[in-house]
Amino acid sequence: MSVTEKSPNAAHSGHDHGNSHELAHHFVSVEQQHDAGNLGMWMFLTTEVLFFGGLFAAYTIYRYKFERVFEQASNILDPMLGAINTIVLIFSSVTMAFAVRSAQQGKSKAIVAWLAATILFGCMFLGIKVFMEWKHDAHLHVFPTADFNWTYAREMHSGGEHGHGHDSHGPEMKGILFNAPVVPQKYIDADARNPEAKQARLFFFLYFTMTSLHAAHMVIGFGVMAVIMVYAWYGYYTPNYYVPVESVGLYWHFVDLVWIFLFPLLYLLGAHLGAGH
Amino acid sequence: MSTIISQQPRNLSAGQVPEEHSEVNYLNHETTIASWLLTLDHKRIGILYLVAMTAMFILGGIYAGLLRAELITPKGDLLSSDFYNKSFTAHGVIMVFFVLIPLVPASLGNFMLPLMIGAKDVAFPRLNLISWYVYMIGAGFTLFALLAGGVDTGWTFYTPLSTTYLNSNVMLTATGLFILGFSSILTGLNFIVTIHRMRCPGMGWFRMPLFVWALYATSVIQLLGTPVIAITLALVGVERLLGVGIFDPRLGGDPILYQHLFWFYSHPAVYIMILPPLGVTNELISTFSRKPIFGYSMMAGASLAIAIFSFIVWAHHMFTSGLSPYAAMFFSLLTFSVAIPSGIKVFTWLATLFRGSISFDSPMLFAYGFIGLFTIGGMTGLFLSTLGTDIHFHDTYFVVAHFHYVMVGGAIVGFMGGLHFVWPKMTGKMYPEFPARMSAILIFVGFNLTFFPQFLVGYLGMPRRYHEYPAEFQVLNVFSSAGATVLGVGYLLPILYLPWSAFFGPKATRNPWGATTLDWTHTSSPPSPHNFEATPVVTEEPYKYNTLFKKESALVGH
Amino acid sequence: MSLHPPAKAWTYWANFLALCVLTVVTWYTARMDLGVLSTPVALGIAVIKAALVVLFFMHVWESTPLTKLVIAMSLFMLTVLLTFMFTDYMTRNYDVLPPVDHAAVSSVKH
Repeated sequence: MSVTEKSPNAAHSGHDHGNSHELAHHFVSVEQQHDAGNLGMWMFLTTEVLFFGGLFAAYTIYRYKFERVFEQASNILDPMLGAINTIVLIFSSVTMAFAVRSAQQGKSKAIVAWLAATILFGCMFLGIKVFMEWKHDAHLHVFPTADFNWTYAREMHSGGEHGHGHDSHGPEMKGILFNAPVVPQKYIDADARNPEAKQARLFFFLYFTMTSLHAAHMVIGFGVMAVIMVYAWYGYYTPNYYVPVESVGLYWHFVDLVWIFLFPLLYLLGAHLGAGH
Repeated sequence: MSTIISQQPRNLSAGQVPEEHSEVNYLNHETTIASWLLTLDHKRIGILYLVAMTAMFILGGIYAGLLRAELITPKGDLLSSDFYNKSFTAHGVIMVFFVLIPLVPASLGNFMLPLMIGAKDVAFPRLNLISWYVYMIGAGFTLFALLAGGVDTGWTFYTPLSTTYLNSNVMLTATGLFILGFSSILTGLNFIVTIHRMRCPGMGWFRMPLFVWALYATSVIQLLGTPVIAITLALVGVERLLGVGIFDPRLGGDPILYQHLFWFYSHPAVYIMILPPLGVTNELISTFSRKPIFGYSMMAGASLAIAIFSFIVWAHHMFTSGLSPYAAMFFSLLTFSVAIPSGIKVFTWLATLFRGSISFDSPMLFAYGFIGLFTIGGMTGLFLSTLGTDIHFHDTYFVVAHFHYVMVGGAIVGFMGGLHFVWPKMTGKMYPEFPARMSAILIFVGFNLTFFPQFLVGYLGMPRRYHEYPAEFQVLNVFSSAGATVLGVGYLLPILYLPWSAFFGPKATRNPWGATTLDWTHTSSPPSPHNFEATPVVTEEPYKYNTLFKKESALVGH
Repeated sequence: MSLHPPAKAWTYWANFLALCVLTVVTWYTARMDLGVLSTPVALGIAVIKAALVVLFFMHVWESTPLTKLVIAMSLFMLTVLLTFMFTDYMTRNYDVLPPVDHAAVSSVKH
């Protein structure tokens, strides 16, 4: 019943005397350190589940209340672009998984390469979203700002499958958002009389908030990945210490998971309605 | 000075007993400002939190003083109605978010957790320091909002008042609280990983002190609940910015959705506030009755049960808001069930005290006060969870009295007991016992005098959050304000004698209370920077007190 | 000597292929009018995709029971949030008010 002095684990050569940063002073072994870091990252992802979960809850409630309008509003979005983006993001998840695998194998330069590929495809995702989808959305006036207009959006969307129709009365005035044309007054009046316009605006508010929050998480991910790339370049990560790479991997896969749910809930709601509704 | 029973550590051989009072310890081995502000030592971070929270407590207390001063007379003569509203909002925001939520975990928890489980530090020391800075930044934002003119929505920020009708200080305050949430999350995350992965050899789950179980349950709540209020505050901010109407009925939104999301966190939040003091009380009751806690597994299970149940009862704050009556019935039933684990705890303490060797040292006086006040607070919660009576009591002073009984009479008193208990370990000095007992008694008497009349005045119908009231309620309000003065004196005493003792008090021994957990038996007072000379190995359950004892002094050199 | 042996490279590509196929499937099923089944189908496919990512990309398939418990707890809390809020919204029954009888209202003496 006496205390035993706990000596450093002789069984593991994990106490690498070359890389003294491998084991922090308050941990007993590299396994403990790795498990602690991994568990900590999963804890953080738990908070992210509940963080996005609040938005999913709001979405669920309002979709339940305004189902038909939400379907029509969802129809405005382009599911093809959404699907392409889904594949792009999943591919970036694959490259990230390979980055972690390289870290497990101790291949430092490979980590950098795979992380660079991940950032590249992540940027592709954001590029498609911002410059193709959001530009289209701005021209249809579905950003939930003061110049949101449901009547205009529906008319332009169903009026032309090959792009948006023009209102040819007089010269086109440009708004600030992606140089979208300013909405004529008759549409503003029509919206004021239509209670469904506010419900549609709620859909787009949820759409932009959820996707913007998702995009913000991606940008933060890029930053963290860039830092990890620098460390990896200088050989900081070894097969005994790669938990930061694994952690950013978990984070990136989580970002992918959120999108896997956002895509059907936001883009595919109204797909069965077809064009022109 | 009192003589305390000696407790020899059972699993240390004579040559390995740490010094009683080490000359080189975590407090004096480095003394520059940078060594404090850039410390990675969980013990120092605990003290940083303690200082910050004391300052916030004093500020929140000043606002409370203003409120009680105004309420001495029925007319609104001291403060304008607007300033009164801003005062109770400030009081609520400061006390809830900056004092009560981090109270025990960030100070006592940070200090004690690694010591109790035989670890050298928490799992992520840098995150620990970051959490303190995040707390300070969040506090800065919120205090700036208060100075910039304040917010008068109440600490609950109900919509559409906060989203549509108010000034922009709401955004500042919401930002401050959003940032503060991360401090809570990081602390919880750190504790969970520490408890899972850094227990010393031999310390199985059922050999941990019960305070650790309480911290674990609290951390689970912090982790799961805080993100929801974060996103809720973010939605409030975005709604103000874009004018969308997610919570505005004129624009198709639902203000009750805000309340659902808000209370989904804020109800578990109150369990964040009370679970750690419940854990502290376990340590106090056990140590000062020289008996193991009556049902260890039940206590541990009750802590976890409270944590889980706390998430499924939130709508009992919304019974009169327009909630569906069927949902109200559902939540009312669930709320009754959450009283069960709390009741288990109280009865367990009584069973522990029974046939124990009870003493009345100051930490134990706080523990007795805790049991009494928490029980009253908890039982009055039943009145509020019953749908019919809640219709009458909602938004009256009955509610105010109920939550002050549990939050102040419970959490703060429990914290005070824990603080006194830990003080000799934390500082290596013993505080003077007589003022400490005075403080405990004054707090107990002053608290009851302040808040018991509020039950009565609430029952009689006085609404809360009003700066004036009908003249028939004046007598009870005067009692309440008088009690607040006594309570204030009771709080003032420790703010004076505790720091005094840290610098000028007599040196304390390693284990003045005769406790049995690793933090007392295997570390000196104050502990060395790396806590333990050698990693302890635990071989038996905690709370095994010596039945044969010899009297020994609590103070070095006596 | 690595802490965890790396997974085989082909497993990642196989999962990628499966995820692409499922994305195409969900796109096509969304265009079909499945009535009340459309949401469960879409969500079901999303859950399968999510499971593939969680189990294989995030290595949960070979992880400790604790990791699985953590995931279960977060999903459980999310479920509680959604379903318990729905006990309110689905049982309100007072969003639709009866039509106002103007004659009756105007005849009331104040």
